Amino acid sequence: MTDITLTVNGRDHVVETEDRTLLVHLLRDELRLTGAHVGCDTSQCGACTVHVDGKAVKSCTMLAVQADGADILTIEGLANGRELHPMQAAFHEHHGLQCGFCTPGMIMMAIDIARRHPQPDAATVRAELEGNLCRCTGYHNIVKAVVAGAQRMGEPA
Amino acid sequence: MTAMTAPMGKFGQSVKRVEDSRLITGNGRYVDDLVLPGQTYASFVRSAYAHARIGAIDVSAAEAMPGVVKILTGQDLVEGGLFTLPSGWNLTSIDGTPARVGVHHALAVDTVRFVGEPVALVIAETRGQARDAADSVFVEYEELPTVVDMAAALGPDAPRLHADIPSNRAFTWDIGNAAEADAAFARATRRVSLELRNNRLVPNAMEPRAINAEWRSFDSSMTIHLTHQNPIGMRVLFMMLLGLESENHLRVVSPDVGGGFGSKAAAYAEELVVAFAARAVGRPVKWTAERTESFLTDAHGRDHVTKAELAMDDHGRFLGLKVHTLANLGGYISTSNALVVSYMYATMLCGQYAIPAVHAVVEGVYTNTCPVDAYRGAGRPEAAYVIERLAHLAAREIGVDQAEIRRRNFVKTFPHQTPLVYCYDSGDYEGCLDEALRLADYAGFEQRRTEARARGKLRGIGLSAYVEACGIGPSKLLASLGGGGGMWESCEIRVQPAGSVEVLTGAHNHGQGHQTVYAQIISERFGIPMDRITVVQGDTDRIQAGTGTYGSRASVGLSAAVRSCDKIIDKGRHIVGYMLGIDPGEVDFADGIYTSAATNQTVAFTEMVHAAHAATQFPTDQLEPGLVATSFFDPPNFTYPAGVHVCEVEIDPETGVTEVVAFNAADDFGNVANPMIVEGQVHGGLTQGIAQALWENAVYDPDTAQLMTASYMDYGMPRADSLPEFGLAFWPSPTPVNPLGMKGCGEAGAIGSPPAVINAVCDALGIAHVDMPASPEKIWRLCQERQEVA
Repeated sequence: MTDITLTVNGRDHVVETEDRTLLVHLLRDELRLTGAHVGCDTSQCGACTVHVDGKAVKSCTMLAVQADGADILTIEGLANGRELHPMQAAFHEHHGLQCGFCTPGMIMMAIDIARRHPQPDAATVRAELEGNLCRCTGYHNIVKAVVAGAQRMGEPA
Repeated sequence: MTAMTAPMGKFGQSVKRVEDSRLITGNGRYVDDLVLPGQTYASFVRSAYAHARIGAIDVSAAEAMPGVVKILTGQDLVEGGLFTLPSGWNLTSIDGTPARVGVHHALAVDTVRFVGEPVALVIAETRGQARDAADSVFVEYEELPTVVDMAAALGPDAPRLHADIPSNRAFTWDIGNAAEADAAFARATRRVSLELRNNRLVPNAMEPRAINAEWRSFDSSMTIHLTHQNPIGMRVLFMMLLGLESENHLRVVSPDVGGGFGSKAAAYAEELVVAFAARAVGRPVKWTAERTESFLTDAHGRDHVTKAELAMDDHGRFLGLKVHTLANLGGYISTSNALVVSYMYATMLCGQYAIPAVHAVVEGVYTNTCPVDAYRGAGRPEAAYVIERLAHLAAREIGVDQAEIRRRNFVKTFPHQTPLVYCYDSGDYEGCLDEALRLADYAGFEQRRTEARARGKLRGIGLSAYVEACGIGPSKLLASLGGGGGMWESCEIRVQPAGSVEVLTGAHNHGQGHQTVYAQIISERFGIPMDRITVVQGDTDRIQAGTGTYGSRASVGLSAAVRSCDKIIDKGRHIVGYMLGIDPGEVDFADGIYTSAATNQTVAFTEMVHAAHAATQFPTDQLEPGLVATSFFDPPNFTYPAGVHVCEVEIDPETGVTEVVAFNAADDFGNVANPMIVEGQVHGGLTQGIAQALWENAVYDPDTAQLMTASYMDYGMPRADSLPEFGLAFWPSPTPVNPLGMKGCGEAGAIGSPPAVINAVCDALGIAHVDMPASPEKIWRLCQERQEVA
């Protein structure tokens, strides 16, 4: 067991964790932030995507102890009170979700895409979403949502 | 938001979804999110062999490991009185004998029959401890020969899966009329035939299967949280299999469910074992499948090998159809599979065509593979694939256009009684075809083909005109075919004193947007804002009656809701009659206002609601206070959604890669309640169908029966970068079968698209057939052959 210190959604935590615990399990089981989901065991589906120090990371690809000292943002920390992040609003507006299981990971990834490609076209979004699986939407409306959300992120608040 | 400005629902409008707010903020509640006081965790010991006799099981090392609470084996379950898993459909073979159902223990007792079959369960204080201990359970296996291929499984020397069944053939069932089909073939001047494989698929709902079961010894009752499409159905089944006293001793809750696609409609061994275990240890037990477990044990889809033959006259008019299908059951008959391979498959083999004489035979075959069951479309995609591939070949044989051969054979008048039990209720097949061709710019295709050729690409176009049976279903008809009946849906509407409305439905939403569509429709009926309406589902403590969601049966549940609305509105008429001192027959209701044409007086719906609860303005010995209505809707027939899909592909002959460059679909879903949601359903269905045609394939090693495609690294899931933007249009012919005229849309995309893609591939290459998936390797080889010929 190891003590680690990390910031999650702006709150500091000191947690004792098993060395083999994955970050996603720390978030879900210890911190009870269940928005990040576990959809596979090979780091392929992206349902567990969170931001670690500002970058989208599949939280099943790193050990919790590797997040010692990190600043983590999960889907739960994205909205400002009742005010949705533009990417969350875009997913609602464009019907970019059905069962909702892949959605938190999709949104966290989409924000990362928008930061790297401020005005992405559909082809760019499709290529960038290659690491996030959705079984419901056929990606059609997710792509529309990400294009629109990225557009809105680029507009002055 | 105030009530004055809150949105009003309207049928036919793309109202944004109510359920999104929790799902986009991480506040969805799926089964694995739940942790109960005293929680324990379960991990399964699974067979690494596809066929083996189980010897000694040594749990001593595992039992001594940290945190282990209990270990259960198949023998413990037998001794504890747990029943075996049943087949949910009684199918009768041609010779009159019932289907031979292999005994399916929830934990294997003497024999394992597929890789991943559960053998023991470890319960421990943490997930990690359970997993560690499961790895330390020692099972002796005596390997037996395996069989994966269905033809081989039917051979005289094949290894037999179930000792008490004389062969691996569970049933030989037929439908239609063999003599009439033979006569039609004797009369025919032209015929086409085909042997095809409908590839095995892994459903892959993104949320893995999960259960959290809790036993209360003080009143011998159980609560299970279960990710499932049909919690109410599972309550009855689990009550019986666990031997609980009554329905009231089991509560099943299916909260947010992360996709189903049919795979969460079955009753599974693992969930039954975990429920049994919770009673055995007296503490809550949670199990969540790892993705590899999902690949190995979620009931797979499809897996048919079919020979089909179509008889025609010289003009390409279809005269007769003969089909023979081997349907892979896997190691056991899963809950609904005997239904899926018979009355959900062979009944639909005529497609959109008026074929007078048909005979189809289906043989169910046991193999050392994961059990097969419903997967998006469940039988209907397999049927559409057969008839639409034949239609494509027929056009080639007669030398007419793909669209023309279909036009010549369409059913043109409705209702249309097929020779295969079902009676199509309504449709406009030719109109729908024209709309699809317009959408796809069919007329401009040859120019696009020429242009592609200049770029070194082989471009092809494929059509598919599908019809399916939805809105399951008519209870009496289903019972007559071998089911248990009881396929209605219920809806209770409770209008509260302050005017808010609670809607309790036995249907289950796992992505379909029921919360929105129910609220939308009821908002319009009552003339109240959508935010006054709460839709409750998936908890048997709240909803006692219903049969869940599968087979695009939302229209059944919504029809029950509409009937309950009508009852509430009608009771309101009587209340308002007393309030205004007029005859209830003279009270009109529209847009949330009761009016009397005679006296010009009005009463708002909410005023009527207050009056109903206050019970001061009418005689309560003649009219009961309160405002609650319950309805059960049993549809008189299935609904028959239909449509035409047009796929265009480009093949790179150098690499064999097939790209879907355009996909257009015109669909008749009857009346469409929420076009945004319906289009979303079609996008998802099309993607699953295109993926079946090009990428997805569950492959078992022919020698060892190991699943070779058991992860997202090996199985061809569709990804965002592999698909085009879809073009969709609706061509509605409202159904008379339910009060809303809705037909259902959930599976259509996955039904129509596989033949459209393969027809396009065959068109591009000028070949008769290629089996799915049309992988780059397969296509590259065909391109090589093509060059050699040229």
